[in-house]
Amino acid sequence: MLTIHFKLVEAMIAQAKQDHPIETCGVIAGVEGSNLPLRFIPMINAAASETFFEFAPKQHLQVWRKMDENDEEPVVLYHSHTDSQAYPSRSDIELATEPQAHYVIIPTNPKYGDEIRSFRIVNGTVTEERVQVVNEYKSLEQPIIENGALAAAEAV
Amino acid sequence: MSITVNIPTILRPLTQDQKRVEATGSKVSEIIEQLEQQYAGIKEKVMADDQVHRFINIYVNDDDIRFTEGLETAVKAGDSITILPSVAGG
Repeated sequence: MLTIHFKLVEAMIAQAKQDHPIETCGVIAGVEGSNLPLRFIPMINAAASETFFEFAPKQHLQVWRKMDENDEEPVVLYHSHTDSQAYPSRSDIELATEPQAHYVIIPTNPKYGDEIRSFRIVNGTVTEERVQVVNEYKSLEQPIIENGALAAAEAV
Repeated sequence: MSITVNIPTILRPLTQDQKRVEATGSKVSEIIEQLEQQYAGIKEKVMADDQVHRFINIYVNDDDIRFTEGLETAVKAGDSITILPSVAGG
């Protein structure tokens, strides 16, 4: 199950809507092993495509280094599907490389609903999991949504 | 002094869960060969037919080797190499 703060869900949806019809993408970091998504990091889709995304390599390297310094890991890896159901595509499955992460897909065509869905993708096997959206975390840590991203979220 | 190689999550089962390993060599291809000797299976995850896989990025310090000399990129003691699979999909 993915337990996630509502502000993070709002921020993902806001970014996805803003980027539509281009696929959006990003990561939510959390302390290693905590399974708690905290730090919201929107990423640039270097593919700038309606049907594909790829984290911009330079930004990817910087963000991963920062996570490493902070003893964080990618707890959520999210992207949007702009004209298909929110279920991992063949390339999503083939290219998944973070077995501990929750792979979240945000549909931006209302035809496919408006609920985010979350999956584990391990060795080519997809397992959907429940998403529990919470108003606050029980732990002391609270989500961090940096400037630009927060503005985008509030504009919803 | 050796070269530090940052190992991505997906390859850590091959390195006994180590995030960082040490290797010696004078270019990236030699480092990968040496990693393969120590941690069998790593090479095929990273490259095939003398080419790095499309969705694997390799950096020497801050430089993507695609924009330098590829697998022939020189490395020296104290450098760090980062292997980072793309986060990508459809």
